[in-house]
Amino acid sequence: MSTLPEAPSARASSDPIRVATTPNSAATAGLPVENEEVAFDIRNFSLWYGQRQALVDVTIKIPARKVTAIIGPSGCGKSTFLRALNRMHELTPGTRLEGSLRHFGSDLYGPGVEAVSIRRRVGMVFQKSNPFPTMSIAENVLVGLRLNGVRDKAVLQERLEKSLHMAALWDEVKDHLNRPGTSLSGGQQQRLCIARSLAVQPETLLMDEPCSALDPLATAKIEELIQTLRQEYTVVIVTHNMQQAARCSDRTAFFYMGKLIEFGNTRNMFTNPGNPQTEAYVSGRFG
Amino acid sequence: MPGPGSRAPDIAFKWVAALAASMIIVLIVLVGWQLYAGSRMSLSKFGPSFLWSSEWDPVQDKYGALPFIFGTLVSSLLALLIAVPLGVATAIFLTELAPQKLRQPIVMAIEMLAAVPSVIFGLWGIFVLIPWLRDHLFVWLRHYFGFLPLFQGPIYGVSMLAAGIVVAIMILPIITSISREILRSVPNLQREAAYALGATRWEVLKIAVLSYARRGLFGAAVLGLGRALGETMAVTMVIGNRPQISASLFAPGYTLASVIANEFTEATSDLYLNSLFELGLVLMGVAIMVNIAAQVMLKSMTGSGPIKVN
Repeated sequence: MSTLPEAPSARASSDPIRVATTPNSAATAGLPVENEEVAFDIRNFSLWYGQRQALVDVTIKIPARKVTAIIGPSGCGKSTFLRALNRMHELTPGTRLEGSLRHFGSDLYGPGVEAVSIRRRVGMVFQKSNPFPTMSIAENVLVGLRLNGVRDKAVLQERLEKSLHMAALWDEVKDHLNRPGTSLSGGQQQRLCIARSLAVQPETLLMDEPCSALDPLATAKIEELIQTLRQEYTVVIVTHNMQQAARCSDRTAFFYMGKLIEFGNTRNMFTNPGNPQTEAYVSGRFG
Repeated sequence: MPGPGSRAPDIAFKWVAALAASMIIVLIVLVGWQLYAGSRMSLSKFGPSFLWSSEWDPVQDKYGALPFIFGTLVSSLLALLIAVPLGVATAIFLTELAPQKLRQPIVMAIEMLAAVPSVIFGLWGIFVLIPWLRDHLFVWLRHYFGFLPLFQGPIYGVSMLAAGIVVAIMILPIITSISREILRSVPNLQREAAYALGATRWEVLKIAVLSYARRGLFGAAVLGLGRALGETMAVTMVIGNRPQISASLFAPGYTLASVIANEFTEATSDLYLNSLFELGLVLMGVAIMVNIAAQVMLKSMTGSGPIKVN
């Protein structure tokens, strides 16, 4: 990741607008269901890039089979947070973290846990579509399965169709699966990348501003797709587009200067935020 | 004076640039013409058979290019065979694996290798490499791989293989630094795509980096081959300078460039001199043909063509 988030200094806490992150405070207000299944159980999670702290003491429970949107101004740590969920941040040298992160009960950072195996369970879609240019549409979708050693033609074919159906791309590409992945339009390429992530059957799909490079029509398609994904997958989506968060998420988490300011039902967050800072952001007064 | 909106400077610049670019074509044509003019006598005497005659006898005024073509191609391909894996592996280490602190020193060392003059490599070849090859590596190769015609026959030290090794060292810097640039130009997003699928570092390299970069890496190899074909001084010092065609890599050989450098001053007859000129023409032809072949191969592996992942 090239842009490092702004580091909140010790002075951040003396910010005019006080922040609250403890589980008992307003941060968790509006969490309705007590015994819903939790996908990510994250406690007191902090992360540093070298000397600069990017995330401060984040505690959050991200529900399973729901869409959770992460919003906040640039540099608030939302992308960093997302990338920590499948350990992609480890590709940036010099990171360090504290706290506990559990994914469906298993410790993401436990001793002996390989980042490789985490990423097979927690897939990721990026800001810009990135199909492999030397591979066909079909090969792009199946590359993850091939990495896992799946050779069975019938399985591959079935998974190819299912993933492309899930990604709402099948009807558009079924007649030319052997064309290069890069021959598709931008929006189609992004859906191809979603299909590629789904093919390995992850439990959770992380999306890092998946529509920021797309036109409104392609964006609408992806948002529609996210709605169908939540039936089988846990989706965590970072977006700087608040309308998008309001449209397609069940829960919203607002990050500011590396801290989780507020987390709750999306509708509550946008109509009746518990924190003045959240209100300022969602009403467009800063950010 | 032209006003601020005048297009005059624009047009002038365009013509200056066009002139500079056309100079390259003029130069190639002039060199080709000069080589042709200088070799007219041998061209008419031997005709195309010059290309496949292996005789090189100044006493009887009989000349043929085949041993030199053979020597040039074999020594260059040997060099490529050694230098490409080494260079690409070094580039991979530098861009993907090495700790940040180690990268700059290695890059500097490679640049220094490129700055060593050819004749120094020749001297090192004669005094260090060849004795070691003669006493150790060649003996070992003949002992274990002697059943192959490649590693049979008497060991002199000076040989095709010695030339291949020296040239490999000389083209290593260009292959490494171009490969490094190519690998660095692979977008990080490609690597992340593979990582996000749960690929290991090796798998990322395979599916995201090398497949993206393969055309560029091929180009790096071709540039290295171009250097190897024309390499003269160091090759002359270690290849043995005997115009013969032998299956054994231990046998001495001779290259187009070396024979021209060696015998130019002692070309006593007009036909001798003409034949050396014609060798120059052949060398140019070989280099151009290798480049054309590379272009054709490059076209056939166009990046959009799907490849097998496994």
